[in-house]
Amino acid sequence: MTLDRRSLIRTAALAAAVPALGALPSGRARAQAGTTLKIGVLTDMSGTYRDISGPTSVACVRQAVQDFGSHGFNVEVLTGDHQNKPDVGSNIARQWFDRDGVDVVVDVPTSSVGLAIAGVAREKNKVCLNSTSATSDLTGSACTPNTIHVTYDTYMLARSTGGAMVKAGGDTWFFITADYAFGHALERDTTRFVQAAGGRVVGSVKHPFPGTTDFSSFLVQAQASRAKVIGLANAGVDTVNAVKQAAEFGVTRRGTKIAVLLMFINDVHGLGLRTAQGLVCTETFYWDLNDRTRAFTSRVKDKLNNNYPAMSSAGNYASVLHYLKVAAEMGADKAKVSGAETVSRMKAMPTDDDVFGQGRIREDGRWVHPAYLFEVKKPEESKGPWDYYKLLQTTAADEAFRPLSEGGCPLVRG
Amino acid sequence: MDDIFGIPAPLLFGQLLLGLINGAFYAMLSLGLAVIFGLLNIINFTHGAQFMMGAFVAWMLLNWLGIGYWWALLLSPLIVGAIGVVLERLLISHLYKLDHLYGLLLTFGLALIIEGLFRNYFGSSGLAYRIPEALSDSWDLGFMFLPVYRGWVVVAAAVMCLGTWLVIEKTRLGAYLRAATENAALVQAFGVNVPRMVTLTYGAGVALAAFAGVLAAPIYSVNPQMGSNLIIVVFAVVVIGGMGSIMGAVLTGFLLGVIEGLTKVFWPEASATVVFVIMVIVLLVRPAGLFGRA
Repeated sequence: MTLDRRSLIRTAALAAAVPALGALPSGRARAQAGTTLKIGVLTDMSGTYRDISGPTSVACVRQAVQDFGSHGFNVEVLTGDHQNKPDVGSNIARQWFDRDGVDVVVDVPTSSVGLAIAGVAREKNKVCLNSTSATSDLTGSACTPNTIHVTYDTYMLARSTGGAMVKAGGDTWFFITADYAFGHALERDTTRFVQAAGGRVVGSVKHPFPGTTDFSSFLVQAQASRAKVIGLANAGVDTVNAVKQAAEFGVTRRGTKIAVLLMFINDVHGLGLRTAQGLVCTETFYWDLNDRTRAFTSRVKDKLNNNYPAMSSAGNYASVLHYLKVAAEMGADKAKVSGAETVSRMKAMPTDDDVFGQGRIREDGRWVHPAYLFEVKKPEESKGPWDYYKLLQTTAADEAFRPLSEGGCPLVRG
Repeated sequence: MDDIFGIPAPLLFGQLLLGLINGAFYAMLSLGLAVIFGLLNIINFTHGAQFMMGAFVAWMLLNWLGIGYWWALLLSPLIVGAIGVVLERLLISHLYKLDHLYGLLLTFGLALIIEGLFRNYFGSSGLAYRIPEALSDSWDLGFMFLPVYRGWVVVAAAVMCLGTWLVIEKTRLGAYLRAATENAALVQAFGVNVPRMVTLTYGAGVALAAFAGVLAAPIYSVNPQMGSNLIIVVFAVVVIGGMGSIMGAVLTGFLLGVIEGLTKVFWPEASATVVFVIMVIVLLVRPAGLFGRA
């Protein structure tokens, strides 16, 4: 095999361009004459959040389009890889809105990107259905008439997981926090619950994101603080590394509890039950929760390449289905005209789907549905692949999320 | 209890020790890079991906073939090293006469392709790999609990680094290698098969990365990005130590691990940046690196 310079440079340039190849249209759902609604799945196809969003989110969106069926207009699904960078995400969204005629952007993991895209959607008067960002600011100080926050947020996680830990006697906390918008929001929201319940935060470290692999230093600092609970305000591979190393350093064996404030079922899979057993976490969807979630999962499972949907990816099914219902009711042509108008119609219609069951969307853009506190099973309790959770507690829809009046969203009158 | 700069002394000792352990990974990875750069003149950007492959091969051996950690420690470097040899023969060997930049582009592209393939197949949330039973205990050092496994990592890394250094500096084979770097044509004229030696050297450098990968598998998340997170820091380590200096790479690896560990106590937010700040300072003051010859 011989290589000349030119072909070498071509090869190298091609390889370097691979991450940028995300934003390609990936086929039509149905080809008919008439109006076409375009759904852009803006997600992490290549980084740390790929398994909780990425191709799994795309499959859930396609499932929603398929289940919705034909209602006299076309639906086209596009995908884009924002690489967890706000600037890359904003560029793709602008290109979609300005050039490709995209009407709605969905998924959008990573809070910093989620906040940026909410801004772009408002500026262009389009729709943003954010399932995978966590920051509660999306329905608080940064709320817009064009964005719906679908699945979960930092307030709900703090209340459910944090509240349960304090109730169980964990009244002194040390935070290990990812140093960006999401980590800060999660630490802030959890701190409020800890303090409101009479607990104390005795310390916190902020670790660089991304780029931290070793958490042992932070874990030793946390242990030295003598806090009863170590709160992990991070996500994805950071959480996996921190939990793995906490087990290695025997943190829990010495009586300290680990509060994993955000963990998805895919993280449990990555940790293995032996390491993850006994951890508690909060999700708003679990594939084995009830008949409807099992039915949804069995429909979508074959398209997932051995992955299972977490609440984040499954939330896109719910949001796209609801969007399409509203578009059918108001007319696809009208839905294309004004994103804010479409979102306000979405808020007016109660929601009902296999992922969240029945729910509604509040005027600040918060989709409310129950939140579930799970405990990770012991290896011997698990009966099959992905049989990981047992349900500890359900928080009712009206109590799971931050009260409307406390968020500081300018859209809320009163 | 005595305080040092407002930090309790035991905590500080603990952090020094942990820094040293992380430094062991930097040392092993930068050692492989330094060996490859020193003898092949190739800046091996695939190193992080090969580190990752080492961990994945260990996982595959366990889950697909039931082969445990200790055999993986031997087999995984051999397998990944063999893949390295193939890569060197097929692709990299064509670039020796060209500028560094071409080797860098090629190996960078390869790294992206390899990581993409693994991500497509295994996803991004990682795989579980257990600490071997024999090393799963921990020691009470008084100022902290140290998992036995971390102690093993430091010892294994130190032995591996010392061994590599001895081979290159003190053996006949090492002398051939060093001579070939200086003047390949002359060494070849003495009847030494230089291209084969270079190929095997690349394989050995890659095997070092894979060895580090197996060591990392039980304590870090085994996922396709695990190498790219480390590799940039490791390049900084090599630059600080001096390109091509074996001992420099090893010592700098341990040293920067310790500095990073201390930064995690005094200013955690900066712990990912501190290595690069040091790199800038070293490049300004000693452009050839701490141990490099200008």
